[in-house]
Amino acid sequence: MSGGDIVLEAEGLRAAYGQAQILFGVDLALRRGEVVALMGRNGAGKTTTLKAIMGLVPATGGRVIFEGRDVTRWEPFRIARLGLGYVPEERRIFTDLTVFENLGVGRRSPAGGRAPWTPERLFSIFPNLAEMKNRRASAMSGGEQQMLTIARTLMGNPRAVLLDEPSEGLAPVIVEQMADAVLRMKREGIAVLLSEQNLNFASAVSDRVYVIEKGSVRYEGKTEALEAEREVREAYLTV
Amino acid sequence: MDLSFLATQALSGLASASSLFVIASGLSIVFGVTRIVNFAHGSLYMLGAYAAVTIVPRLLDVSYSPWMFFLGVLASAVAVGLVGVTIEVVLLRRIYRAPELFQLLATFGVVLIVQDVVLKVWGPVDIPGPRAPGLRHGVEILGERFPAYEVFLIVVGPMVLALLWLLMHRTRFGVLVRAATQDREMVGALGVNQALLFTATLFLGAFLAGLGGALQIPRVPASAQMDTAVITEAFVVTVIGGMGSVPGAFLASLIIGQLQAFGILVFPKVTLVLVFLLMAAVLVVKPYGLLGRPAAAGHAVAPEGILSLAHFGRTESLLAALAVAALLAVPLIGDAYTTKVAIEVMVFALAAFSLQFLMGVGGLVSFGHAAYFGIGAYAAGLLATGPLKLPMEAAIPLAPVFAGAGAALFGFFVVRLSGIYLAMLTLAFAQIVHAVCFQWVEVTGGDNGVVGVWPPAWAGNREAYFYVVALPTLAAILFLRRAIYAPFGYTLRAARDSATRADAIGIDVRSHRWLGFTLAGAAAGLAGGLYAFSKGSIDPTMVSIPMSVDFLVMVLVGGIRTVAGPLVGAASFHALKDFFMPLTDFWRLFLGASIIAMVLLFPRGVVGAAEGLRGRMRRRRGPAVARPA
Repeated sequence: MSGGDIVLEAEGLRAAYGQAQILFGVDLALRRGEVVALMGRNGAGKTTTLKAIMGLVPATGGRVIFEGRDVTRWEPFRIARLGLGYVPEERRIFTDLTVFENLGVGRRSPAGGRAPWTPERLFSIFPNLAEMKNRRASAMSGGEQQMLTIARTLMGNPRAVLLDEPSEGLAPVIVEQMADAVLRMKREGIAVLLSEQNLNFASAVSDRVYVIEKGSVRYEGKTEALEAEREVREAYLTV
Repeated sequence: MDLSFLATQALSGLASASSLFVIASGLSIVFGVTRIVNFAHGSLYMLGAYAAVTIVPRLLDVSYSPWMFFLGVLASAVAVGLVGVTIEVVLLRRIYRAPELFQLLATFGVVLIVQDVVLKVWGPVDIPGPRAPGLRHGVEILGERFPAYEVFLIVVGPMVLALLWLLMHRTRFGVLVRAATQDREMVGALGVNQALLFTATLFLGAFLAGLGGALQIPRVPASAQMDTAVITEAFVVTVIGGMGSVPGAFLASLIIGQLQAFGILVFPKVTLVLVFLLMAAVLVVKPYGLLGRPAAAGHAVAPEGILSLAHFGRTESLLAALAVAALLAVPLIGDAYTTKVAIEVMVFALAAFSLQFLMGVGGLVSFGHAAYFGIGAYAAGLLATGPLKLPMEAAIPLAPVFAGAGAALFGFFVVRLSGIYLAMLTLAFAQIVHAVCFQWVEVTGGDNGVVGVWPPAWAGNREAYFYVVALPTLAAILFLRRAIYAPFGYTLRAARDSATRADAIGIDVRSHRWLGFTLAGAAAGLAGGLYAFSKGSIDPTMVSIPMSVDFLVMVLVGGIRTVAGPLVGAASFHALKDFFMPLTDFWRLFLGASIIAMVLLFPRGVVGAAEGLRGRMRRRRGPAVARPA
């Protein structure tokens, strides 16, 4: 991996909730325009890794480098302003606000002359949202909320996005739309680090895979390679 | 009662509703975003009035016109808004992640500081404000004259509501505020600088408080008592309306305005009681208020209570026995002053211990524990001096019975709630008791209280009375301690740590909490009864908010995680207070600053800090602890 095109990197990242340590030194890297899946079972540390990168869980050790800057222990809003988007697992859309207002909260002007995301461009990816832009987000289905949360993050014109469990709990047809959305982000040049339990989804969208177990990375490789590695899958992924 | 009278009564209800809404909306907005119940909101209101009586007359000297009057009112509100910004930057942003109890206490510290500052700057005499030019006349309504300024106030409320609605729905700031009200962490993860958003929100909230105060000056003079009176009303409005909901605050203001306007015709003395009863009723039916919703992210109200119970080893038992022996020897070796202080320390230790039982073990943060202390004191005092003329030997044992009954009555409602609403309800009940003691002059003597609550001849000297206090106090503390170590105490702690899980394993959480609340109330009542006979009098300060805060501070000084903490806390706090209070004119400022310092620097108290130090020395190295931002 050449150093120059790495957009996001975690080195020996450690994190804890109070006394309970969750991450024991996670190492991973994300290249520009690449989709990487972080895989592992429930409780392996996938969500915590993304939160620790974003500064939502304080890192107790190690470093996070984004766009060549050490952002370890920065406040989340500063990391977001540097161009790292975050889509949480529980979606966390603002249910009291309309779809349009939700997008407005995420709005930030892009760094460096790229065409900014507008609600109209986002509606072309997520046509469902266009029909309900003045609806309160509380009156949306789970799949629509998942689309809104991705669209809201894209409004910040990020250069890389952390996507936590995008396919979880969604109907198969919505999962397909999610996969399309991830590939569309990739085409737009946005690097994506997504956490995932579903190997089919990961295979459909990602270039590379990290497998995490008990808070550290146990396997790293091309997605096709993981499909061939039965032992790795059985050791760390199958239930 | 004719129609025109009813109409003017309803209109004056609308005018006060309007004023109340302006203040309460600020409190509600600030709570919605920062999740801090800002006790100092009433102080900001008071500062608004003082600023206006200072600024407006000068402007009217320049040019006597309505424009100058309203310019002065706005300038005062802006000045108060800037005070709010200062409070946010200096204090609040350091405690956003602290337990709510600490936030309440810290902002109460601000209340104390502002009171002394106001007395120093403006003096103790009320300052009347000028009347509004152009609005000095009366308006004829159905044949009755009604002040034009009141009509103006009626318009202000809906106007502020409309402006706030536009701000919240048509500006980016407003959309961000509404988003942050729901999930402020997510707003941060989307790149919004929360610090700025919070500072701006505090400006808005303080501006509204200041505006509310400044608009009052033609009606009431600026006085140093404005803060506490308005803050309880504003609390009630936001709680009834739903904390964080501006329309809810408007609705609740309207209801309370009318309740007060017409309640005064039916029960002239107890309008305050009516208001609090309404609040209790609303909370029981709608625990989050009329238009409120539970917050997305849970937030601890109480700091972590007692986590592990160590049984006394041989050394500890010996130390405890020595401490008790030393205490019992105080009247024999100490002078009269020491004995007096020791009596008060014992009384407060029992009260603080019972509060610790409630908070540290039961997880129920009572912001009105003085209610039960006060019921005990008033019961004992009134039984001894009233028509019954009971002897002390009968009056003191009845004090915990009355206080326990009161706690059982209020507790029935309290244990149905959780979190900040629970704390607010305990405060409301305490204010009901205070209102009864204060307003029912024929029985309670009102503000002056009742004197002549003296022990009989055999217990008349201090030394003898010391033992009258020592024996029941020690017995009650031992009893409560036994309850903490009994299965009952374990059950309460289980329910404190997770009410749902405790429920799921078959524990009747509500009944256990209710019993715990009643026990703690009875113990505080015993302390109150003993206190009344040591002072020889009863008065409403024994039921006041500062008294409740004193108890909380005692628990926190000692450390909420330990069983013995409140005893240490009561001793050190009361001894310090007794020593310093006569020495300074700025006791409140000093106390407020100390409370703030304690919350910021030693949130685990004296005993907790000592334990932390021991723990740190044991393991020199450990994982870095996340610092609250």
